[in-house]
Amino acid sequence: MDVRHWGMAGMIAAAAAVGAVAVGPSPAAAQGTLRVAMTAGDLPITTGTADQGFEGMRFVAYNLYDALVNWDLSRSDVAADVRPGLATSWEIDPANPKRWIFKLRQGVKWHDGCPFTADDVVWNFQRYTDNKTPQFDTFQFALTRAYLTNFEGIEKIDDQTIAITTKQVSSLFHYNLSLVVMISRCRAEALKFDWKEYVTQPSGTGPFRYVSSVPRERMEMAPNKEYWDDKRRAKFDKLVLIPMPEAATRTAALLSGQVNFIEAPSPDTIPRLKSSGMTIVTNSYPHNWSYQLNFVSGPFTDVRVRRAANYAINRPDMKELLGGLMEEGYSTVPRSTAYYGNPIEYKFDPKKANALLKEAGCLPCNITLAISTSGSGQMQPLPMNELAKSNLEAAGFKVNFEVMDWNALLDVGRGGVGRFPNINGINISRAAQDPWYGLIRHVTKTQWAPAGANWGHYSTPAMEDLVTRIGEEFDGGKRLVLLKQLNEQMNDQAVLLWVAHDVNPRALSPKVKGFVQAQSWFQDLTPITITP
Amino acid sequence: MLAYILRRILYVVPIAFGVSVVCFSLVHLAPGDPLQTILPADATAETIEIVKKAYGFDKPIPVQFGLWLLHVLQGDFGVSISSRRPVIDEVLGSLSNTLVLTGFAIPVAFVIGFTMGAIAGCHPGRAIDRFVTGVAVMGVSLPNYWLGIVLVIVFAVEWMVLPATGMGPSGSASFSIFRLDDLRYLILPVITLSMIPIGILSRTTRAAVAEIRGQDFIITLRAKGLSEFAIIRHVVKNAMPGVLAVMGLQFGYLIGGSILIETVFTWPGSGFLLSKSIINRDIPVLQGSILLLAMVFVATNLLVDLLQSAIDPRIRRA
Repeated sequence: MDVRHWGMAGMIAAAAAVGAVAVGPSPAAAQGTLRVAMTAGDLPITTGTADQGFEGMRFVAYNLYDALVNWDLSRSDVAADVRPGLATSWEIDPANPKRWIFKLRQGVKWHDGCPFTADDVVWNFQRYTDNKTPQFDTFQFALTRAYLTNFEGIEKIDDQTIAITTKQVSSLFHYNLSLVVMISRCRAEALKFDWKEYVTQPSGTGPFRYVSSVPRERMEMAPNKEYWDDKRRAKFDKLVLIPMPEAATRTAALLSGQVNFIEAPSPDTIPRLKSSGMTIVTNSYPHNWSYQLNFVSGPFTDVRVRRAANYAINRPDMKELLGGLMEEGYSTVPRSTAYYGNPIEYKFDPKKANALLKEAGCLPCNITLAISTSGSGQMQPLPMNELAKSNLEAAGFKVNFEVMDWNALLDVGRGGVGRFPNINGINISRAAQDPWYGLIRHVTKTQWAPAGANWGHYSTPAMEDLVTRIGEEFDGGKRLVLLKQLNEQMNDQAVLLWVAHDVNPRALSPKVKGFVQAQSWFQDLTPITITP
Repeated sequence: MLAYILRRILYVVPIAFGVSVVCFSLVHLAPGDPLQTILPADATAETIEIVKKAYGFDKPIPVQFGLWLLHVLQGDFGVSISSRRPVIDEVLGSLSNTLVLTGFAIPVAFVIGFTMGAIAGCHPGRAIDRFVTGVAVMGVSLPNYWLGIVLVIVFAVEWMVLPATGMGPSGSASFSIFRLDDLRYLILPVITLSMIPIGILSRTTRAAVAEIRGQDFIITLRAKGLSEFAIIRHVVKNAMPGVLAVMGLQFGYLIGGSILIETVFTWPGSGFLLSKSIINRDIPVLQGSILLLAMVFVATNLLVDLLQSAIDPRIRRA
């Protein structure tokens, strides 16, 4: 046999080997298994409040654990709000508006069988905040610090009641507690507070129990058949979470049957997914794709320029660019939010924008915006920013982009205008899941970067007064009126350059039924059923 | 031979130190915060300072480097910031997964690339040569992540005969190359990964074979009346050291992990780990994995050199 024949034989043998192995479709997933392809690059941490952004909270923390205050994710037609979790009710101490009293749920058990107690709650808060206690965990301190800035102390009143004291009076403090989950003291003590061990042996009170995980690849959970909320006992056998950061890979995995639930398919794959019978679910949710502006120096210190920029953006065009997968952004929160009110909406009007720039004496109006190439919640940052730039320039702006990776942009965001005075605006998407996150942190001096998220150092006496009144108003109805006023004032002053709200697209196999997409960053998987 | 090996091993020390310094400097020069994975986007300056102190990032960079090097010399590569797992476990686990991929891709590339190159080299200027050269150029030029996506679309999505992603139906922990169902997960990434080495090896082999076939000793062999098959054995033996050197380099590159291919196929290898740690600024993992991968690369080259010198003693003497 000469060389040609050897080569040919080799190739035939290789092809035959491939053919022999590649037989039949992929093995069918076990019946009743929900396989979720997440956008995260790694498994979220299991030691309490999760990392990997709110995706970690959505799929890991809120499935393994409960907080004192949980999110009501049962409906898709209204914006999600909080509801009792491990606390059945809460009230303000009539003698001290900084003291919150929580009645705890009785008869709840941790996944390890230990009973849930008031001591466990005190122990958990110490773990998050008190570095003198043996259970203190720096990692969890970092993850929860933003939610516990106002936390002063905790005390056990009796076996069924605890009291939390805040540093400042804040009627919205309970929203922060929804992001601080409770883990089992019993399990942590058995593991001698070795959090590296706890990662693979977590124990909570949530609707799913941890089963196993392979680092960076998959985590398996099983329904907690004794979950205290019997309406939220999962109806399928197994939950498998798979980190899959590449959108095309997630789509391929769904189409080939390897997973049956994917997060964030890219807009251009939606027609293909639909034609294959996949269900695409979207909904409004408190996400804000906008530019935070510089209020210390530069053109945006003039409200006319800020309004001009808002008039310049063609949001319907932006929606078309994304294949319809966005909600037009005219305010910090979506229209369905309870405290949206009746704010001025800057509809696309380039002539008006140009006239405002002329009036402000800023034509052409040079601005520098810091943007990222990708990042959590940034949607499709490059094409979206290009369209925004072309809109702004058509109205009389001259836009210079400083393009950086997500990590570098976060650094700019944390540093604030003090460190980056030459930047006029930053494009960091922000969560707006509650009034404090949605509105207040953008306009109060206490949140001036680097102390908080008010990147451009916005503050006016009128706005500060309103924020103080909201914090001191414990009557829900009256507070709602004030919050609407705040949103309306923020729009009047054009404190951000609003562009879009994401609609959180997901694609589900036709076998996955019963999923209700809440208007929230978080979702409840327990109502899902899977047909064979 | 022993002195040669010892001398080569000694070279590893300055290389390792240089890699550590460059790698450490680069990750610290890049903008961004190494603690961004665990810090929320709106973390306060006070929180950042407390956490930096807890993780030792508040110290001057030379001190951080010195401490890290001291620990590495004791075999302690630290703990990942984002996963809290020991870096050594992270790196070795991912490296073994990449080895599985490479362990299949390199033989496939070698057999196909060498065979194609040898055939083309034996028939320079003929149709088969042009065909092989065309295939080789295509292999080198095609963006392999694109090829990977196309293969996934065809074989996983349209025909549904192979899985699209992952390392086995239950992940790498239970993956076995002796299980048919697990092997199916290897096919598409191995084909994708071997395309570039096939191109490079076939071109190298073709050039070497064509050159050797034109040398005087081949004419002498022909004059002695040796069969074509016997002549080819001589040609192959002479071409082998050069091809082995190229193959060794390719093996080193592939061990480093292909970030794009491992991301497309969600293969939990060293490339996937590197890309994740770059995105997360997980400095302990980044430093540990680059250092270990550099050592693997150096060891691979050493092995290839030893193999070459075993085949061709003139190399050792040089």
